[in-house]
Amino acid sequence: MPPKMAIRRLDFFYEKKQALFGLSLDIPANGILAMIGPGGSGITTTLRALNRLYELTPGARMEGEILLDGKSVHGADVSVTQLRRRVGMVFDVPTPLPVSIFDNVAYGPRLQGQKSKKILEEIAERALTQATLWDEVKDRQHTPAMRLSGGQQQRLCIARMLALEPEVILLDRPCSGLDPISTAKIEDSLTLLKQQYTIVIAPHNVQQAGRVADRVAFLLSGRLIEEGPNGEVFANPRDPRTSDYITGRFG
Amino acid sequence: MMKTFREKLSGRVFFALAVSSIAALALITLFILVKGLPVIRSVGLFKFIFGMRWAPGRGEFGIFPMIVGSVSVTLGAALAGVPVGICCAIFLAEFAPAPLRNIFRPAIQLLAGIPSVVYGFWGLLFVVPLIRDHLGGPGLSILAGSVILGIMILPTVISISEVSLLALPRQYKEGALALGMTHWQAIKSVLLPASKSGIVAAVILGLGRAIGETMAVIMVLGNAVALPHSILDPVRTLTTNIGIEMGYAAGEHQQALFATGIVLFVIIMLLNSAAQFITREKKHK
Repeated sequence: MPPKMAIRRLDFFYEKKQALFGLSLDIPANGILAMIGPGGSGITTTLRALNRLYELTPGARMEGEILLDGKSVHGADVSVTQLRRRVGMVFDVPTPLPVSIFDNVAYGPRLQGQKSKKILEEIAERALTQATLWDEVKDRQHTPAMRLSGGQQQRLCIARMLALEPEVILLDRPCSGLDPISTAKIEDSLTLLKQQYTIVIAPHNVQQAGRVADRVAFLLSGRLIEEGPNGEVFANPRDPRTSDYITGRFG
Repeated sequence: MMKTFREKLSGRVFFALAVSSIAALALITLFILVKGLPVIRSVGLFKFIFGMRWAPGRGEFGIFPMIVGSVSVTLGAALAGVPVGICCAIFLAEFAPAPLRNIFRPAIQLLAGIPSVVYGFWGLLFVVPLIRDHLGGPGLSILAGSVILGIMILPTVISISEVSLLALPRQYKEGALALGMTHWQAIKSVLLPASKSGIVAAVILGLGRAIGETMAVIMVLGNAVALPHSILDPVRTLTTNIGIEMGYAAGEHQQALFATGIVLFVIIMLLNSAAQFITREKKHK
């Protein structure tokens, strides 16, 4: 089966500083790929390259290719807003919009022209259920999203993205700053979601990668050191730097 | 030991200086009230505020035409200045490339630095004849005042709106764009609603500046004490009433001007409280 997304010889620059060096990586469909590595390894940069969000950063540019279903995301026929609906993203800080819970989830579908209240309610229920938030908010969907706890806000952000029915989900340290119970809930929902979606996660620690990932990629200083199935990378790392990192000797 | 004494002393000194600025406010308020309240009591609050005739010589003190004047000129300023100001703030915060922004920002600050008498003079020599020649009437009018004040409130509206747009967490915009919104959709449906309270505060503070402005409007409003029938009619505002007559007023007339000041004071206080209330309500959410 061809990979859902593929990164080919990606060099990435912020002004003159190079952040990624010839990165090539396959992102298989219906699985969870965890990208691990110490801070400054270029993981966030990679995620932001996948949905072209890096274009917001002044001075950022890339060389190489990123493919979605075999087609370049920079192709002339690709609209960047369409791309970002297909490749959704959740950030390290929960970013609910300052409106009600329901409106947060309904935002994307409404922008796409969905007006029917009934359909929007169905979408909201499904997305909130997938994000394991439904039971906690079903009776107060019209209260401001800002009143939710941090963990709930983050699951709301996941639901908001799911409501757009993306194909790929990028999660940039989605559990940093969350308590263990919220983290466990998010990890549970990820394992459910992978049946339907392709997921790339930058976990906030190595243990999380071990718990949720199907495949693990280890980056160091902008270079891919090792990539393979979860069990192999953790049990028999090929590169000494990988084993140093996952055993906590640095990073 | 020495250190704690110094700490205590510096705390006290700062407290004393802080109190002195509040004391100035208290003194001014007290002074205006003492000077102005007697005439309100003798004329009657209702007759003072809703009275149609202002004839100090005959002891008639009704300021309703001036309240209408102040309100109409201020609303006019809002209509002229607020849309331009908010659009300018959006442009600066979201669209302008850095070099352009570096020209616009100081230019707008400069706008705030022009003395109001210069605005008035420019209005009298440029805006007033323009209105007289093309729209009719004396030219000295609500419209002229609104245009001048609309320009004068721009720096307030622009800088506060821009700051509140820029103060939004970066993730709002990125989150919106990551949802597949276009830049304009993100501005319209996320950034503007999120900074609504800041922008409303900017507008209210701008209105406060407009309603308190005296010098520029004295020169372009015509200052007639009568209810206007159109925006081309001259009016007198609460501030210009004080400004014009203060020089020669005495006795009850002078008291009536202070009473005008009380009314103005209350209006501005209401506006400022509204601005505070709106900014606070957001944090409450």
